[in-house]
Amino acid sequence: MTFSNSLELLAFHQTAYTIYAAIIISVVAWFGYNLTRTDAKSVVRIPFYAYMAFLVAGGVGHHIFTYNAIPWVSQDITRDSITPDASYEFEVKNHKWIGLPEQITVQCGQTIKFDIKSHDLVYGFGLFRQDGTLVTQMQINPGTDVNGILDSNDMLWTFNHNGVFDMTSTEYSGPAQYSEDGKEDLMLVKNFVKVVGCKDGGAK
Amino acid sequence: MSLMKNLIEGTNFDHTSLNALQKVTLRAVVMSFLFFGLVAIEGMIMKLVVTGPSNPLPEMFSHPQHYFSIMTVHPIVGIFGSTYQLVFAAFMFLVPFLTKKPLYSVKLANAVWLLITIGTALAWIAAFVWQYAPLYTLYWPLPADTTQFNVIGGIVFIVGVALIMVGTLGFIYNIYATIFARVGVHKDKTTKELFISGFGIDGMLNLIHKLTGKPPYSKEPALALPVVAIFRGTVDTFLDAIVILSAGVLVLVYLVFDLGGHPLDVAAVDALLYKNYFWWGLDLVADGLVLIYVAGSWYLLATLITGQKLFMENVARAALMLELLVSWMVWSHHLLADQGQPEMMKLISGEMVTAFELLTQGLALFITLVTLWKARPLKMTMELKYLLGGLVGFGLAVPAAIIQADMGMNRVLHNTQWIIMAHVHIALIVGLYMTLYSAVYVLWPIVTNNTKMFSSKMSNLHFWMYLIGGIGMGAFGGMAGLDGMLRRHLYVNGEFNTLMILAAICGTMVLVAWLIFLLNIVLSVGIKGLIGIFLPSHDKTASYGIEPETIAENHKA
Repeated sequence: MTFSNSLELLAFHQTAYTIYAAIIISVVAWFGYNLTRTDAKSVVRIPFYAYMAFLVAGGVGHHIFTYNAIPWVSQDITRDSITPDASYEFEVKNHKWIGLPEQITVQCGQTIKFDIKSHDLVYGFGLFRQDGTLVTQMQINPGTDVNGILDSNDMLWTFNHNGVFDMTSTEYSGPAQYSEDGKEDLMLVKNFVKVVGCKDGGAK
Repeated sequence: MSLMKNLIEGTNFDHTSLNALQKVTLRAVVMSFLFFGLVAIEGMIMKLVVTGPSNPLPEMFSHPQHYFSIMTVHPIVGIFGSTYQLVFAAFMFLVPFLTKKPLYSVKLANAVWLLITIGTALAWIAAFVWQYAPLYTLYWPLPADTTQFNVIGGIVFIVGVALIMVGTLGFIYNIYATIFARVGVHKDKTTKELFISGFGIDGMLNLIHKLTGKPPYSKEPALALPVVAIFRGTVDTFLDAIVILSAGVLVLVYLVFDLGGHPLDVAAVDALLYKNYFWWGLDLVADGLVLIYVAGSWYLLATLITGQKLFMENVARAALMLELLVSWMVWSHHLLADQGQPEMMKLISGEMVTAFELLTQGLALFITLVTLWKARPLKMTMELKYLLGGLVGFGLAVPAAIIQADMGMNRVLHNTQWIIMAHVHIALIVGLYMTLYSAVYVLWPIVTNNTKMFSSKMSNLHFWMYLIGGIGMGAFGGMAGLDGMLRRHLYVNGEFNTLMILAAICGTMVLVAWLIFLLNIVLSVGIKGLIGIFLPSHDKTASYGIEPETIAENHKA
């Protein structure tokens, strides 16, 4: 199993967690009901160490599963050794993007590097579909090295589905991000990334 | 008895019969529940704003300064004003109760609730009057950004938070001074024995001795297991207070220099390093003291309700030690979206060690359930209902966070409503508060000298509305997070209004449930009694004489 974008991953996650939530609520409800009964018998005997092993396997197995099923995990860890198909560098200061490229057009399957530097506050970088769902994101921390050069906040992303994505800051950096009446996000960049060339179900 | 008479006089509550320890406990409990109401109203305001332009609130609530001011104080009032007060009140009563020793200082206990109340009020005033809104995360250098925020507001806010932390240190001192006091049953114990027991080392040695075929290191540990949990959790409470206090001092220095016309360079503090330091401390609340205190509370409630020894007590003691160590090493899960954070820290601290919380919390859940199961049949009392509700809350909330503490999932869930609603709100509202409500119902007859609760129907109505509302609000909010709704973002155009309307309906249930609970309490103690709680006590006793074993008698079916 491999997830090619966040929508597939989140749909799987929602189903799995909903099933889990239904189970845990039902188990405690059943347990509560039987606590009051004189004739209640154990349905199944859960060995203590088997339960512990299950929890350890669940905790560790979850990460092993996602490492193998979510392609951006290994890509993120090894990003220093990956050559992207294109790179875009820009900065942010006083809640304004500086040196922002015009709409970025990405061919299906291309890996893009985003490198963003902050002059003042902690911001975020997030790409969103037109229906508001999140494609990807990272935090943008301010800071400089000993030579006064702004710190990088870089990430790689491979686009496997067509779409036009908006960009805004995903981290709160004060009320100045918005218009006074709150109706406008002043850091929102409409149609920032456009992905073309993918089949309907994703990928080339 | 008429409703009006109940409102004035209560049922059979007599505040003059309360001793000093009972009164100071009830004072903090009253303040805690008042702050709970405030935090519920704040939460509802924010929920209504994001339902869209047709919300019934005045337009000013949608203005970013106003909205984020509320978002800034919401966790301060909720976590410190309400939760800390309630937990501290319960523990300053329980430690003397369980150790059968007097509380070290009732005066200090009074100072604690006063300091936390005043501190919370100051932080709230800073947001209300000056709209100081850097959020509880205080990401550097936002709290010192005087181009966006008023300096005076910032100073008042920081002083408020500092007072809360000073009150917290007072609580810590009182707890440890009581535990280490060599009086009563601990008259012949050494400090070393109490220290070893407090850290659960005796439980660990008992396990090792059992495995190696030796006789137990300690047949009767010096401290009861719930006291061990309080002892351990308070270590994290201390470290957290130090981190928040020191961060507050840093912000205060910058604000004072700015006020004096000599602003300091904010770039002198590394934002990512600060983030690590601050999250290390802040996470000691969420992943440290809360989990340890809750585990200890479950163990206490299970043993009080059943009157039996805890199942696998030595394992539970040892696990509390493990939980303490785990809580010191998990903060990086908050920095999985920070690309400057070393990958190894993300992997070890953020993912692997964090996953151990599934083990420690799962263990606490297992031990509690088995202890209850072995004592069946039990009466389904209010305290048992709430305890089961608390177990459901953490059963839902802990895995919701473990799922996100993963480098793959975090990329699409970080800073969304998923973590704040499906994890934090369900953990606090359902998991923690239902555990605390269980403790309130267990301790109610002891702390109020057998005051009759006005209405059991109201208690039940509170339980069901609170449980369904709490889970529903968390679930619908969590779903909005999966749809891309950010947690620290302003949505006034109804972008996620269907889910937010459903969440607001559930939030209203929580608010109404709180009103029902409050009314039930007021009708039980009466307004006269409520005022009397705050009058000086004639009986200066700082301990309580009832043996814990007697509580179990009330739960036998």
